Amino acid sequence: MTGRENRDMKIAIVGHVDHGKSTIIGRMLADTDSLPEGKLKRVRENCRRTSRPFEYAFLLDALKDEQSQGITIDSARIFFSTDKRQYTILDAPGHIEFLKNMVTGASNADAALLVIDADEGIKENSKRHGYLLSMLGIKQIAVIINKMDLVDYSRDVFNSIETDYREFLSDINIETDIFIPVSGLKGDNIVAPSPNMKWFDGMTVIDVLDSLDASLPETDKALRIPVQDVYKFTRDGDNRRIIAGKIETGIINVSDTLMFMPSGKKSTVKTIEYFNGDKGKIDRAGNSTGFTLTEQIYVKRGDIACRIDQDMPEISRRIKANIFWLDREPLEMEREYIIKLGTQKIPFTVESIEKVIDASDLSFTSKDRVERHDVAECILTLKKELAYDIIDNNQMTGRFVIVNNYEISGGGIIPEVISDRQSWVRDKVITRNEKWIISDITKKSRAGRYNQKASIVFISGEKGSGRKLTARNLEKMLFSQGKLVYYMGMGNVLYGVDADIKEQGIVKDKKEHLRRLGEIAYLMMDAGMIIIITALDLTSDEIELVQTVTESDNIFTVWMGDDITTDIEPDIRIPSADSKDSVEKIEGLLIEKGVIFDYN
Amino acid sequence: MNHLKKLENDSVYILREAYSNFKSLCMLWSIGKDSTVLLWLARKAFFGHVPFPLIHIDTGFKIPEMIEYRDRLTREWHLDMIYGQNKKALQNKETFPDGNATHLECCKKLKTEALRNTLSGDWPRYRFNHAADKYEIDSNKEPFTGVIAGVRSDEEGSRSKERYFSPRDVNNDWNIENQPPEFWNQFKTEFAPGTHVRIHPLLDWTETNIWEYIQSENIPVVSLYFDRGSGRRYRSLGCAPCTMPIDSTASNVEEVVAELKTGKLSRIAERAGREQDKEDGGGLEELRKDGYM
Repeated sequence: MTGRENRDMKIAIVGHVDHGKSTIIGRMLADTDSLPEGKLKRVRENCRRTSRPFEYAFLLDALKDEQSQGITIDSARIFFSTDKRQYTILDAPGHIEFLKNMVTGASNADAALLVIDADEGIKENSKRHGYLLSMLGIKQIAVIINKMDLVDYSRDVFNSIETDYREFLSDINIETDIFIPVSGLKGDNIVAPSPNMKWFDGMTVIDVLDSLDASLPETDKALRIPVQDVYKFTRDGDNRRIIAGKIETGIINVSDTLMFMPSGKKSTVKTIEYFNGDKGKIDRAGNSTGFTLTEQIYVKRGDIACRIDQDMPEISRRIKANIFWLDREPLEMEREYIIKLGTQKIPFTVESIEKVIDASDLSFTSKDRVERHDVAECILTLKKELAYDIIDNNQMTGRFVIVNNYEISGGGIIPEVISDRQSWVRDKVITRNEKWIISDITKKSRAGRYNQKASIVFISGEKGSGRKLTARNLEKMLFSQGKLVYYMGMGNVLYGVDADIKEQGIVKDKKEHLRRLGEIAYLMMDAGMIIIITALDLTSDEIELVQTVTESDNIFTVWMGDDITTDIEPDIRIPSADSKDSVEKIEGLLIEKGVIFDYN
Repeated sequence: MNHLKKLENDSVYILREAYSNFKSLCMLWSIGKDSTVLLWLARKAFFGHVPFPLIHIDTGFKIPEMIEYRDRLTREWHLDMIYGQNKKALQNKETFPDGNATHLECCKKLKTEALRNTLSGDWPRYRFNHAADKYEIDSNKEPFTGVIAGVRSDEEGSRSKERYFSPRDVNNDWNIENQPPEFWNQFKTEFAPGTHVRIHPLLDWTETNIWEYIQSENIPVVSLYFDRGSGRRYRSLGCAPCTMPIDSTASNVEEVVAELKTGKLSRIAERAGREQDKEDGGGLEELRKDGYM
C-alpha cells in the first residue's frame, strides 16, 4: 500500500481512573472506522438489554467481569489503523490496584498518551503513571486534557493544567511539548479539529499519533547479545553448536572477536546460522540470531556476548538501583530475591534502602522496606557477578525485574556504577580468562573419569579446633576411595608463592595472598581435583574473594568448634563434641552436594 | 526492520525463552493457520528442529483433510506428534452432532476436557512412532508444565488480555483478575508445583500478519482455507459440523492476502463461522477460563 509505513506502532494510554481513557479509545476506533461490525452491534444490544446509555468505553469492555465492575482491569490490546499506519493501543487501567497491569501495558509501547480530566485536574495516578513511564523508558509522551466539554472548553483551565503538569514532568526528566485539549465523549480534537476550541492550533490526537516515531532497535550501540541457550541438536547428523540469543543492540559479523561477560571468555564468530533462506555474514539489533564459534569455549545461558573492539559492560556483585515495587508483600532487607537482567538470573539481598519516593508527589522518606507502589533507591548485594550497563548507556541491559515467590514483583533501572569490594581482583580474572589456553578435555569428561566434581573444601574454625587433623584425615579417606584430592597446607604457599609479599613470617597483603591461593586452587580445579584448605577464622568476604577468582560455586565451608567467631554461614558446623566424626560428616556433605559420586 | 520481521524475531525470542525455562514443554497444533505459523517459527528458532512434542486434540469431528495434512507434515518434518481424544464421550455419543449436547457442552467435552487430561497425562497420549509409521500409546505420562499456543489478541475479546506467559493454576484455571505483571521481555518462568504456564508467542500478530507471513515464507497450509470452485472457503477451522465456510473466491495465499487488504472482511469477526462463540455471552471467556484455547 502506498503512503503507509511498513511498521506498526504500539501506543499505551495511561492516566488516573475515570479520566476517560476508554472513552477516548472507543471514540478513536469508531471515528477511524476501525470496528468489526459485530462488536458495535453487540455492545449496543447489551446496553439496550441492561437499559444503560451506550458509551464508547463499553466497546473495550469485552469481558463480562469487567463490565460488571466498570473498571478496566487489565491492559488490553486494541488494533486500529490510520492512513499512515497500523496501531496497537495498549489500554492500561487507571485504578491504583492495577498498577502492575499499567506497567505491563505501557512497558511495550513506542509512545504513551497520558490522560488528565480537565474537570478533576491532576490526580495522584496522573503523576504516578508519568513517573513510571519515565522509569519504563518511554520517551515520547503526549498529554491529553480530556472532558473539556465539562469546563466549557476553557482555555484557562487547559493552560493551568498544562503549566502544572509540565513542571512535574521536568522534575522527572521528561520533555514533551504535546498537550491536547479534547473531549472523548463529544469527539473534540480526537480525529477532527474541534469547532469548540478555536483557540487551540495544535494537532488532534490522531495527527499526533501519526507524527510520532516508532522506536527502532539501536544498531549504533555496542553489541549486546544475552545468550538464551547453546543448542546442539544432533538429529540428521547436525553437529553445529549454535549460540542463540536476541541482539539487543549493535551489530555482529562473521570473524568478530567476542567476549562473553561476566566470565571474560573469548572466541571468534565462525558462522551466523539461519533456517530457510537468509544467508549472511552480518546480523543486527532486533534480530533473534544464532552463531557458531571457532574455539569451543564454555558459554552458557546468562552470558552476554560483546565485541572486544567495543565498550564492555560493567561487572559487579553490588549494584545501585532505582526500583519500583508491585507486590503486596513488601521488599525487605535480609530476604533473598532473584534478579533477572537479560537472561541472567541471580539471587540477591537488599543491602540498604537509601530512600523511598512517593511517586504521586515526589516526596521521599527513609524506610526499612519498600511497600507496594513505592519507588526506592537501593543498594543490592548479589550472589554472583552481574554483567550490566548503566541505563543511560544501554536501556536493554540497564534494567531488570525482581522475582519474589515465583512472581515478577518489581522492576529496576541501574543509574550509576558503585564500587564493589572485588573489582580489583575481577580485572585480573578477566585478563587471565582472555589468555587462558583451553584444554581439549572438558570439565565434564574429567568429572566423568574421576567420578568427582572439582571443588574446594574450606575447613575453618578457632585455634585448636582440630582443623588440620580433620583435613589430613579427609584427604586420606578420599584418596582411599580413589578420588583425586590434595590438602594444600598454608606453609606450602606462604614461603614460595607468597615469598615477595611476606615479611618476618607475616603476610603483608592478605587479599593478595588470598588471590594467589585462589589462582592455585583454580589451576587444580581445572585439572579436576578436590582441594582441601584449612584457614583460621575465615570470613564471608574472604570466601567471596576466592569465589571471584575461581568463578566456582563448588566451594564448601566447614566450621569446627563450638562458636562461630566470624560472619560466615558454613555449609556444616562441627561442634567439638562431634570432632571425632568430622570426616564422616564432611563426606556426607560432599555426597549431598554431588561432589563425589560413583557410577557403579 | 519491517513489521513482519519484527514480529518473527520477537516470537522466536519467546519460543527460545520457553524452551530454556520449561523442562516439560509442548506446543498445541490445531492444524489451523496460526498454530502452523507457530510451528514454522519453532523451526526458525531451533534451526530446522522442533525440540518438543506437538499436541493435537482430535475431536473425531475434524474435517478429514486436516488429519491427512497433520500426518503428512509429521512425516515430512519429523515432528514429535501426539494426539489426545475424549474416547468415552465419543463412544457414549455425548456430542452436539449426535444431538445430545449443546455446542458449548460439546466443546467442553471434546476439546477442553480432552486437552486438560492429555496435558496432565491422565488420559492416553497417542504418539507417532516414525520407525513404525503409526500412532502408539505413549508411555510418558508426565504432565506438561509449559504449553505453547498460537493465540492471537485480535481474534476475540478475551484473548486480548492474555500475557505472553500466562499462568494457569492447579485446576487449570485462568485468574484474569490477578495476572502477574510482564514487562521488558521478562516472563513468568518460575512457577509453583502443580501449576503450569501457557505461552503465547503470537499475541501481537493479526490475521493479516499471519497470511502475509504465510505468503512471504511459503508455508504450506491446509487447502480448506482456499476456494476450490464452490465460491466458498474456510476462514477459521474447527469441527466439520460447527464450522461454516465464508463466501469468497480466494483460491490461493496471494488472493487471501489481497482479500484481507481490501477490508471486505474487516467488519466481520474472524470466528463468525464458529458456532460455540455465539452461545458464550462473554466471548470465549467461559471456555478459556476452563482451559480452552
